[in-house]
Amino acid sequence: MKPAFRNDAYAKVTGAAKYTDDYTLPRMLHAVPLHAQTASARVISIDCSLALQSPGVLRIILAEDIPGSIKFGQIIKDYPTLAHKRICSTGDVLALVVAESRAQALAALPLIKVQLEELPAIFDPEQAMRKDAELINPEYGSNICNYHRVRTGDIQEGEEEAELIIEQDFSTSRIEHAYLEPESALAHLRSDGVMEVIGSMQHPFSTRRFVASTLGFELKDVEVRTVPIGGAFGGKDDTAALVCARAALCAYLLKRPVKLTYNREMSMRESYKRHPYRMQYRMGVKKDGSITFVKVRMVADGGAYCSVTPWVTWRSTVQCCGCYEVPNVHCDVYGVYTNNVFSGAFRGFGSPQVNFAIEQLVEIAAHKLGMDEIDFRRKNMVKQGSTTVTNQVLDTHKVSLQEVMDKVLSEIDYETKRAKCSFGDPKQDKWYGIGFAISYRGMSLGAEGVDFNSAILNVQPDGSVLLETGVHENGQGSESAMILIAAEELGLPVERIRYRLPSTSNIPDGGTTVASRGTLLGGGATTKAARILKGIIAETLLKEYDLSAERFEKGQILTLEGQTICTWEKAIALCYSKQVYPYAFGVFQAPRVSWDEETGHGDAYFTWVYGCQAVELEVDPKTMKVTLLNLVAAHDVGKAINPAMVKGQFYGGLAMGAGYGLFEEVPLADGGVIPTNLHQYKLMRATDLPEMTAIIVENPDPTSPSKAKGIGEPTLEITAPAIANAIYRATNKRYVDQPLKLRP
Amino acid sequence: MIIVNGNKYKIEPALLDKKLSEWLREDLFLTGVKIGCEIGVCGSCTVLVNNQAKRSCKMLVKDAVGHEITTIEGISGEDGTLHPLQQAFMDAGAIQCGFCTPGMVLSALALLLQNHQPTRSEIRQALKGNICRCTGYQQIVDAVEMAARIMYPRIK
Repeated sequence: MKPAFRNDAYAKVTGAAKYTDDYTLPRMLHAVPLHAQTASARVISIDCSLALQSPGVLRIILAEDIPGSIKFGQIIKDYPTLAHKRICSTGDVLALVVAESRAQALAALPLIKVQLEELPAIFDPEQAMRKDAELINPEYGSNICNYHRVRTGDIQEGEEEAELIIEQDFSTSRIEHAYLEPESALAHLRSDGVMEVIGSMQHPFSTRRFVASTLGFELKDVEVRTVPIGGAFGGKDDTAALVCARAALCAYLLKRPVKLTYNREMSMRESYKRHPYRMQYRMGVKKDGSITFVKVRMVADGGAYCSVTPWVTWRSTVQCCGCYEVPNVHCDVYGVYTNNVFSGAFRGFGSPQVNFAIEQLVEIAAHKLGMDEIDFRRKNMVKQGSTTVTNQVLDTHKVSLQEVMDKVLSEIDYETKRAKCSFGDPKQDKWYGIGFAISYRGMSLGAEGVDFNSAILNVQPDGSVLLETGVHENGQGSESAMILIAAEELGLPVERIRYRLPSTSNIPDGGTTVASRGTLLGGGATTKAARILKGIIAETLLKEYDLSAERFEKGQILTLEGQTICTWEKAIALCYSKQVYPYAFGVFQAPRVSWDEETGHGDAYFTWVYGCQAVELEVDPKTMKVTLLNLVAAHDVGKAINPAMVKGQFYGGLAMGAGYGLFEEVPLADGGVIPTNLHQYKLMRATDLPEMTAIIVENPDPTSPSKAKGIGEPTLEITAPAIANAIYRATNKRYVDQPLKLRP
Repeated sequence: MIIVNGNKYKIEPALLDKKLSEWLREDLFLTGVKIGCEIGVCGSCTVLVNNQAKRSCKMLVKDAVGHEITTIEGISGEDGTLHPLQQAFMDAGAIQCGFCTPGMVLSALALLLQNHQPTRSEIRQALKGNICRCTGYQQIVDAVEMAARIMYPRIK
């Protein structure tokens, strides 16, 4: 394989790359947050007098000091920049201490005296859903943050047709994103009146809205710039944006640059987690293996703030039956407010939970029918032209589910190895198991939201190119992918293209870089911009040479037949001499999607991806310790723009998915996060993982201008159920709660 | 006195009790030393102390007195030429967000200075103290293997 391309690799490997906390500004101050110590309380008073006398402390900022809105949110504006009168979660911030040094600010924290009246709290979502429950967010009027459903076919008919019915509950836990770099923000009010912010966040435009809302500014008066960030995985939206807004608030009030850097303790206490789910499934099958119905009720604990709970649970709703055709479906999904630390976006976004359940459920069903689990899946899986449970016909792209499954099963030699599984054999001192799981995934935002993106190509007089898109570099290599797409379209070496330092003031709001949409949407916009640019250049060349420029290859511009017209540089010089700017603005608008909340029907996503993962493992019967032996994954990516980075997404997703399956969870006590730092939150280390095999499957997608689709999320959404299925074949026991805690 | 990346620094008494990681970042502006947990479990702040990989957040400046420290900024050539290990990290696709990269490279370097032909399992063992949340480690292990072959070619 050719060496990986990354435009930021040199800076990152030499230590030159500057992340937010690596920046300092003249006269810069430091802020630190004071967190609530309880999940539900009324604030009686906050006495700052002693803390204000502490050396170096300049000011302590409370909710009353906020010039704009105290609360903001992406969907429901319930998330306070600083808690005002009422505490709803242990992650709430009551005050910000601003001092000359960070050490001075930290030293003053314990000197703030907070008087509270503790109030009853609700930590169980089922309890919160009761009609008589206290309201967590009284302004919203219900503890049910959102409700989605699917009603397809006739559930009664499905029940009657079923020859076997399986009922099974599943649960999943809270997960910490554990991005390696904790939140950080640096803000300063520029002399032109613009609040300029850099921060460790993954959505500059959302961050700009948070900052503008807190300060009462117009969007034009806030500029959020992108610097390298140390991982996000969906986790650097709401909380990270609010950290930026708080830094901006301090900078605005003190008229000096302010840095607000979280330590790991603050980050783990306050940042949102993956939604824990409780899922109650009922599935009917016929003896021939066909699924007649699925009835499911899911409850997701959204915690104290809405964040993106309605969107996360919507994906779970659309994908409630996994990648299978089911004629009769009755699905109810609730996102619920509690006083727990809140839940939000996390790589996978509502699919890992559902897949954990469904990919075990189909195996339970196959087993009870005495049917091969491969045949059961083959019979029921979506195929070309299939109709999904939400009545979407899959005909806009290649449905490659069978292809990815066959590739993985063949690579790992599944059927041969399955015969060697231990099934808890007491005579063996190591139990061996193999398992797999499959999925489909709707790409990008779908009917969750407005879905478009733009790119600017600005060719300089010397022929070098400045590129910029509405996609954000979270560490995944999005800038590199955009450069490669532009380079291929324009027939230029990557060295001639620079990704311009992005800012919210340079390019239109392209939405958030989530939902595995970066390459799809940003790449689409880049492709479109490149085509417009080539059109501009071709028009200029036609006037000059009376030749039609059709091919841009290796720095040359050619006719369709291969006649060289001129070099790229000459064409660009010609454009400038003719008063034509070689500049293009490209837009990719996602194809139309639809959704009906009443029926849960619609073309939920404009295209889909397909994946399969398999795992081999060993269980020690004495300790019940699981050792992973092998991980194999195949995912259809449409087209691999940067194969080494695509593989990096595979490996990283598998590792994160395996941690999710085996041990990751954030336990709470009275709504607060128990682990205080990474010593109490186990993450996959190099020694915990086996060698992995990544199989890139490419079926160029007609709906994607660059032919590429997403890969960030598919790679971790089925690792946990593949492990659960392997553990079943090793131990002969089904574990239906994630993480999979094996009992002797 | 402490030697950092070949430069000698006299230490004022007031600095002796400062965390080594903070001194490197704040006083020497060597911000390739990253801070991920401050309790020595993530490995982001790894530096070499006399060619041994150490977590600089768990050391005070006084612990480093009389020793030679190497940070990520100190392993490439003065003209910007990359160390073979740095080049291998780039070529193998071992870099994503990059926050673990300086610590990873230094832990790997400490290994290769001791063991010129490590197995993949020895490489994993040597990197155990460095968390990476992005890559699943596979391409990092590839990179270290690749670098070992370049740094210490096998004599036939």
